[in-house]
Amino acid sequence: MVNNDVRAAAIVVDGLTVDRGGQNVIPHLDTGITAGKITGLLGPSGSGKTTLIRCIAGIQKTRSGGVTVLGERAGSPTNRNRVAYVTQSSSVYPDLTVRENLDFFAALSDSTDHDVEWALEQVGLVDREGSLTGEMSGGERTRVSLAAALLADPDVYLLDEPTVGLDPVLRRDLWDLFRDLADLGQTLLVSSHVMDEAGRCDVVLLMRDGQLIAQASPDGLRQDAGTNDLEEAFLVLAERESA
Amino acid sequence: MKTRRTFAVATRVLRQLRHDHRSVALIVFVPSLLLLLFRYVFNDQTVVFDRIGPQMLGLFPFIVMFLVTSITMVRERTSGTLERLLTTPLARGEFIGGYALAFGLAGLIQAGVSSAVAIWGLGLDVRLPWAIVVFAVVDALLGTALGLLMSAFARTEFQAVQFMPAVVLPQILLCGLFAPRDSMPRVLELISDAMPLSYATDAFTTLATSNTFSGDLSQDLALLLGFVVVSIVGASATLRRVTP
Repeated sequence: MVNNDVRAAAIVVDGLTVDRGGQNVIPHLDTGITAGKITGLLGPSGSGKTTLIRCIAGIQKTRSGGVTVLGERAGSPTNRNRVAYVTQSSSVYPDLTVRENLDFFAALSDSTDHDVEWALEQVGLVDREGSLTGEMSGGERTRVSLAAALLADPDVYLLDEPTVGLDPVLRRDLWDLFRDLADLGQTLLVSSHVMDEAGRCDVVLLMRDGQLIAQASPDGLRQDAGTNDLEEAFLVLAERESA
Repeated sequence: MKTRRTFAVATRVLRQLRHDHRSVALIVFVPSLLLLLFRYVFNDQTVVFDRIGPQMLGLFPFIVMFLVTSITMVRERTSGTLERLLTTPLARGEFIGGYALAFGLAGLIQAGVSSAVAIWGLGLDVRLPWAIVVFAVVDALLGTALGLLMSAFARTEFQAVQFMPAVVLPQILLCGLFAPRDSMPRVLELISDAMPLSYATDAFTTLATSNTFSGDLSQDLALLLGFVVVSIVGASATLRRVTP
């Protein structure tokens, strides 16, 4: 069930093999990620989600194979302008205020004050701009990190577990934001280990032990597994794979 | 290379420093305090203060800036912010340049304050106070540059602190402060030739007695700036966009 429509693919992963710490974490992976859609990268922790995202960001040393983003090598100078990577741990400065963090990232990407205010609004942190980032909760820091990515106005967002530890209301708001970005034509790859988030994606990639065990729409997954529950669908598909 | 991005990095580093009032106070005032102590330890021998005082003015900025820079850089590497920045269009030279600019400015303030305290507060007898300040700032830059470079070899902040005795103390021992370099065994003299602090000490020794900015001083200055440039280029080279 792998989608091979290369014309619509913003990201093409071709025969990717990655070793990390002496272990083969991605044995061989081929996939395409559709432009202008939200693709969910689902799987348990340790399944290789972050490694795959790092490959697409162009910062992961690979053994063989390659990743092409928008027709160019991942991590190429042009792609560094077009791809924003939000790491799992909030990579912003704890000893700066929210506003100071965003001012810095804005200056790196030619953004204006107006853009900073827009980004703050998108992540719901307008009234926290003067707070010291290090004194905020993990979820709030993640949103600061996300706002910094919004400032770069990229074509492709790589978001590694952006909704971990957020309350359901905020989680819904962020998924609405992701939907708005996709509607503007931007490509989003969002990883998560919470299966119920798969339902909010256009396409879901299921990963396990560095391998892709399914790639389909949420409905496609449900049909394929013969269940309405996505958590259960994952179990069915994972067991079928190892059988 | 965009200077605007270099300035953005420098502004950000200085803003981080500004939030840390205690560190700012330590950077600006500790060298002056140590000079004060030094002055009154040799209360009856002002000639000792006149001879060693200038050396101290160069040494403190070097040590403090080395520590501050290497720890800040290790923090940047371990917090994931460096990795993030390397996925953006920011060039490595812009990044390192921003750091050098920010801490160079901090070094300028530190060297300015401690030189003023030594010369006008404690009566340090030197003929070329402006030259003292120039060399003190270059020493601060040197500490920053070496800190940027050494931070590549430290995985944790704890390791970065250990580099202080490993990298700085041998230079202090061999730089000619304790014994003239040409009186040391030949091997040690050759090693000291390769150490930047030797040229700083040489310059401050000259400045303690000199009335004019001699050719020797210009040579020391050029060599020190050379070490700064090489360390900064080396530090840029240690930033890898693709990692295992």
